[in-house]
Amino acid sequence: MNTETLEEMAAKERAAASEIPVRLNVCASTSCLSRGADELTKTLNKQLRTAKQTKQCKVRSVGCMGLCAKGPMVEIECPAKPADDPESRQLLRGVTVEDADELLEHAMSGRKFERLDWPTDTPFFTRQHRIVLENSGLIDPERIEDYIARGGYAGLVKALTEYTPSQVIDEVARSGLRGRGGGGFPTGIKWATVAKSDGDRKYVICNADEGDPGAFMDRSVLDSDPHRVLEGMITAGYAVGASHAYIYVRGEYPLAILRLKRAINQAKRIGVLGTNLCDTPFAFDVEIRLGAGAFVCGEETALIASIEGRRGTPRPRPPYPASYGLWGKPTLINNVETFANIPWIMRHGGDALAAIGTERSKGTKVFALAGTIVNNGLIEVPMGITLREIVEEIGEGVPDGKAFKAVQTGGPSGGCIPAEHLDMPVDYESLVKAGSIMGSGGMVVMDETSNMVDVARFFMEFCKDESCGKCIPCRVGTSVMLDLLEKLCKKEAAPRDLELLKELCDVVRSTSLCGLGQTAPNPVLSTLRYFEDEYESALQPADEHGYALPVLQHT
Amino acid sequence: MARQKVPPTQALTLTIDDQTVTAKPGQTVMDVASEHGIDIPHLCYLDGLSIWGACRLCVVEVEGQRRLFSACSTEVAEGMVVSTDSPRLRHYRKVIVEMLFAERNHICAVCVSNGHCELQAMAQRLGVDHIHIPYLNPQLSVDSSHDRFRLDHHRCIVCTRCVRVCAEVEGASTKGMAGRGIMARIINDLNEPWGDSQTCTSCGKCVHVCPTGALVEKGTAAAEMQKRRQFLPYLTVMRDNNHD
Ligand SMILES: Cc1cc2nc3c(=O)[nH]c(=O)nc-3n(C[C@H](O)[C@H](O)[C@H](O)COP(=O)(O)O)c2cc1C
Ligand code: SF4
Repeated sequence: MNTETLEEMAAKERAAASEIPVRLNVCASTSCLSRGADELTKTLNKQLRTAKQTKQCKVRSVGCMGLCAKGPMVEIECPAKPADDPESRQLLRGVTVEDADELLEHAMSGRKFERLDWPTDTPFFTRQHRIVLENSGLIDPERIEDYIARGGYAGLVKALTEYTPSQVIDEVARSGLRGRGGGGFPTGIKWATVAKSDGDRKYVICNADEGDPGAFMDRSVLDSDPHRVLEGMITAGYAVGASHAYIYVRGEYPLAILRLKRAINQAKRIGVLGTNLCDTPFAFDVEIRLGAGAFVCGEETALIASIEGRRGTPRPRPPYPASYGLWGKPTLINNVETFANIPWIMRHGGDALAAIGTERSKGTKVFALAGTIVNNGLIEVPMGITLREIVEEIGEGVPDGKAFKAVQTGGPSGGCIPAEHLDMPVDYESLVKAGSIMGSGGMVVMDETSNMVDVARFFMEFCKDESCGKCIPCRVGTSVMLDLLEKLCKKEAAPRDLELLKELCDVVRSTSLCGLGQTAPNPVLSTLRYFEDEYESALQPADEHGYALPVLQHT
Repeated sequence: MARQKVPPTQALTLTIDDQTVTAKPGQTVMDVASEHGIDIPHLCYLDGLSIWGACRLCVVEVEGQRRLFSACSTEVAEGMVVSTDSPRLRHYRKVIVEMLFAERNHICAVCVSNGHCELQAMAQRLGVDHIHIPYLNPQLSVDSSHDRFRLDHHRCIVCTRCVRVCAEVEGASTKGMAGRGIMARIINDLNEPWGDSQTCTSCGKCVHVCPTGALVEKGTAAAEMQKRRQFLPYLTVMRDNNHD
């Protein structure tokens, strides 16, 4: 594999595409498939065959287009028309098998399909900035040729043939990219640490365990553009001097696993995975490991234990995986989205990514927008965008005339941000200052009807259920805190209970072994910070020591 | 003359509780502190077994770092300034011990380990005079199926010393863990009655490393169960020599 063969493949693919007047791009991501996209594809293909129109119109399965709640999504594309012509593409939502005839009729005649049309000149599309999702919805995730036609693997070939490993690390460091798995650790520094660590063997691990409730950013990237993650991992392997990698995917993502397997085979076939990559001595191979549904296995040391075949529990750090990781060897572990940024950085240069975002948070972030908001779905926005722009413009606000109350970011490790902070920029530091975290990208909008104590209870229940039970503060603390929150929700708590809750928040946060316990109090702390009145109003009358007054029973 | 590179095996200097101490690279804060007569509270740590880092009683403050570090797992570094005792740490340790009492059913007065229990001693040392965390009062089981030993989950603090000694010193790997969170339990083999175990050699090491009355010898009445831990250093030394 070299640049010429890659370009040849890309040109051939593009030429083949432009020969077909109409393409129907049907979303084949988890969400749309569950709404019947698969059946739709079959029906469309059958009708085209019957009508002998397979030369004029082609049905393609593509990745996620973002508007998951409105699926199945279909795009009518006319590759012959120039790409900037607004008539070259039309997006349709909620297309079912019953709509197949009408859809084909419109597609073949070139008339606009008004009934199911979904305008793409709205902020939901125009305010997004797509880097990680640049190919999502445009390529068939099961065809490496599609990926290559969109510039795929060009960054890797460039890195392998024109850059030294340390130049690759420099490029990543210059981009200012920070880990998208939650912690926000600078990726360039992590790569450099692994590269500098002594070890006869090193490993690369991609963390695709995505366990936050309601989060599906990583799944969507893997469903829609699996090669991108592979390319990022291979580039990382070259940079840090590793020749073996694992992708740890949660078992609940069968489609992502299937597509990754296919992607790995295709990459081997064209010689970007295997031995002597790009005619260099560099060899790299990737294996898939499946998680068995424990949130804590997303924590890096627990994940490593799980790959090693041990019980998935965290261990104290330091030593960090960068020096003592898988089988005791230096190990680079990054999130799916972190790796998915790498091909773009290698193609456009680190400075191009650093030009997007804020002083200390560069590039873009993918969010799964959910909750009581008009546009549910997957979005990618530049860092530094305000929460208000996300909620009110991209999300088009809270439906049914209700008032916005708070937005929850960072999942069970994060917090709730109230309306008065909506003009805050979305970057790592600002979110922490507001009592939440960037997290991996869950964003749940809540309206005036939500009870914040109940929100805190929900996340505490999650943490209690997912606590591995290794360390005392998290194991016992989350359980006791959940009991206290349940008491509050039932309005049976006394001021003493609220005091104890606050005290336990501090102990659990400061002494727990891993991030799960250390951040488990965050939803409570942030709701206490902004909505303390809701806690206070849930309290029972009490004596001067804070104990609930006995209820007198008259017989 | 150009300065020579400092070989990496050179001794380090650091400060623990205002004492300037020297240490070898690779030693942990716990090792170095105990060499200098500072006994950092701990329950899951046991010299000779692998580091577990789970009881969190040994957390210490390190100057310039916001978070706390467990002394048993943290290696010393040149110039490190460690504080093993402060009002904040004392408070945390006390609450953690209270959590253990609240989690399961520790009724000292009727326990065979009364007076010889590390949890009880730790509570006394840290000044735990009452438990202000609501008791969880779980319903747990007792496994008396073994001829000589008994596993009483009511008294277990899940420190996993038994699991580690069984795997690392005896090499039997009979003991393991099942369940997570508050449901985490010590099990024998694949969660079978201890008495049915084909792997257990009945060596009794698990009983004697257990800090509480969770693993005991049968036939002991309240306050009679004294653990014997003298054997452990010999076994680990022998094991280490075998590996050379
Ligand atoms: C309880 C817990 C769960 C986590 N789950 C995930 C996860 O699902 N995916 C992920 O990428 N990182 C997760 N992390 C963060 C990882 O430990 C690790 O920091 C991350 O994979 C590093 O990648 P990055 O630098 O690219 O962000 C989790 C951390 C904790 C404490
Ligand atoms: S903080 Fe919770 S999840 Fe993490 S090690 Fe402790 S018990 Fe396990």
